[in-house]
Amino acid sequence: MNILIIAEHDNVSLKAATRHLVKAAAAFSGTVEVLVAGAACQGVAQAASRLEGVSRVLLAEHDCYAQQVAEAVAPLVVALMGSRQVLLAAATTTGKNVLPRVAALLDVAQLSEIVAIRDSRTFVRPNYAGNVLVTVESLDPCIVATVRTSAFEAVGEQQSAAPIDHLDASHPQTQSRFISASTLQSARPELTAARVVVSGGRGLGSAENFRLLDGLADKLGAAIGASRAAVDAGYIGNDHQVGQTGKVVAPELYLAIGISGAIQHLAGMKDSKVIVAINKDPEAPIFQVADYGLVADLFSAIPALEAAL
Amino acid sequence: MKVLVAVKRTLDPYVKVRVKQDQSGVDLSAAKMAMNPFCEIAVEEAVRLKEKGVATELVAVSIGSDKVQDQLRAAMALGIDRSIHVQADDELESLNVAKLLRAVVQQENPGLILLGKQAIDSDNNQVGQMLAALCGLPQATFASSITLRDGWAEVAREVDSGEQVLSVQLPAVITTDLRLNEPRYAKLPEIMKAKKKPIATFTPAQLGVTLRQHLKVLSVAEPPPRKAGVKVASVAELVDRLKNDAKVLA
Repeated sequence: MNILIIAEHDNVSLKAATRHLVKAAAAFSGTVEVLVAGAACQGVAQAASRLEGVSRVLLAEHDCYAQQVAEAVAPLVVALMGSRQVLLAAATTTGKNVLPRVAALLDVAQLSEIVAIRDSRTFVRPNYAGNVLVTVESLDPCIVATVRTSAFEAVGEQQSAAPIDHLDASHPQTQSRFISASTLQSARPELTAARVVVSGGRGLGSAENFRLLDGLADKLGAAIGASRAAVDAGYIGNDHQVGQTGKVVAPELYLAIGISGAIQHLAGMKDSKVIVAINKDPEAPIFQVADYGLVADLFSAIPALEAAL
Repeated sequence: MKVLVAVKRTLDPYVKVRVKQDQSGVDLSAAKMAMNPFCEIAVEEAVRLKEKGVATELVAVSIGSDKVQDQLRAAMALGIDRSIHVQADDELESLNVAKLLRAVVQQENPGLILLGKQAIDSDNNQVGQMLAALCGLPQATFASSITLRDGWAEVAREVDSGEQVLSVQLPAVITTDLRLNEPRYAKLPEIMKAKKKPIATFTPAQLGVTLRQHLKVLSVAEPPPRKAGVKVASVAELVDRLKNDAKVLA
């Protein structure tokens, strides 16, 4: 069985999600190839070649792939699927954008956000914001799936790097033009890959107060997350949103501060190993999923916690 | 310009999900149903485009049993001009939905196709992208703003790294994210008027589409519940527990 993984990257660095994809790919027995499609992304290909279990890296460098727009990447992937039986991408906005387009062109179903692989045709995936787990069998000749990376461990490095094949491919198109992208630089770990996540909700009350989480996150080496309510209120950007339509995280430690615990938020974090909730409302639903709950005014609890660490 | 909006009937988002005892699916027999929230945003955006004078005709399409006509009426009460109902099972796979929508697109030739980015029941997030692929059209998914100009749509997309802006040539498929707009509520006179707006009904055969099964559902279950935790009395106790019981802090 030949398994193709689409690397998650921004032309500069290989994202940690790819390590989890390689782990998921190991559940199928076969050769694991990683496609790096982008522009000037040699370094990404080299990083991918060192991931444990990768047999080969396929590097497609061309300006048309620079932003990984679906109209260019989908035909590239479709052409590669002629001799491969499994295609995996991370359930990120990039993977979710491209993979259904690939599946439709291959005339097969796409499985979204798989969280477990029972065998090479049978998968578990969440429905209804994670309130339901569906076990589903594919009847198609090939598997096309996005993977919830938090449900799989990360692979390490291998002794000798896998070979890198340069693909002589390009799919220039005129239907979609890239205009701009926000470039957010942060010294903090990636939200979906962080060991600790400190998340804030509407309880923080303002964008200024939301910054109170910075010191705590610095002490813990944590990424900063947010509830949809906090993002909608403008306290922090949407790239920090954890939940059904934001990011799904499963860190070792998740601190929910001033978050009531709407079902859409729980969908994005309830698989965290240890959950701490700090909220002044003892009836807040977040306490039903928290391992440790502290009913307290967060404006005194945050500095006290920061000082105690 | 004509705008086509796809609408899905789903469980009301504020209703608790109940799994059938035999694990064959979610029990919807007596459940309150509603228009998928992301589809409401797509309908709202279409109505605003008409109010701005950019769109001239708004057509909604829904696929499923006769009950989806409730959601089509709701869309028409919000300002959609007419509707298309494709008669089929309520739980079609995304690829089959996309094929039926392609047939409707070929029949209607819209300048813009709007869909919700995902349905809150199956959480697939696939149909818009599949439809774009099947029609050979550009796609702009997860839209948080849409500006139409000179045959192109400039779309701000909500992506993991923040925001990406693309310009896609019309006709195009755009899927809506949460922050695109805040849907309005229908007014009573509009609800009355919507009862007289036309709904055309088609079967998949009439649209020339053969449905095929690609996936087989083996079981539908509730995830194991998380064990109830403990309340701690102070920040000091919390830190102690995290260090010594949970061992997640050094």
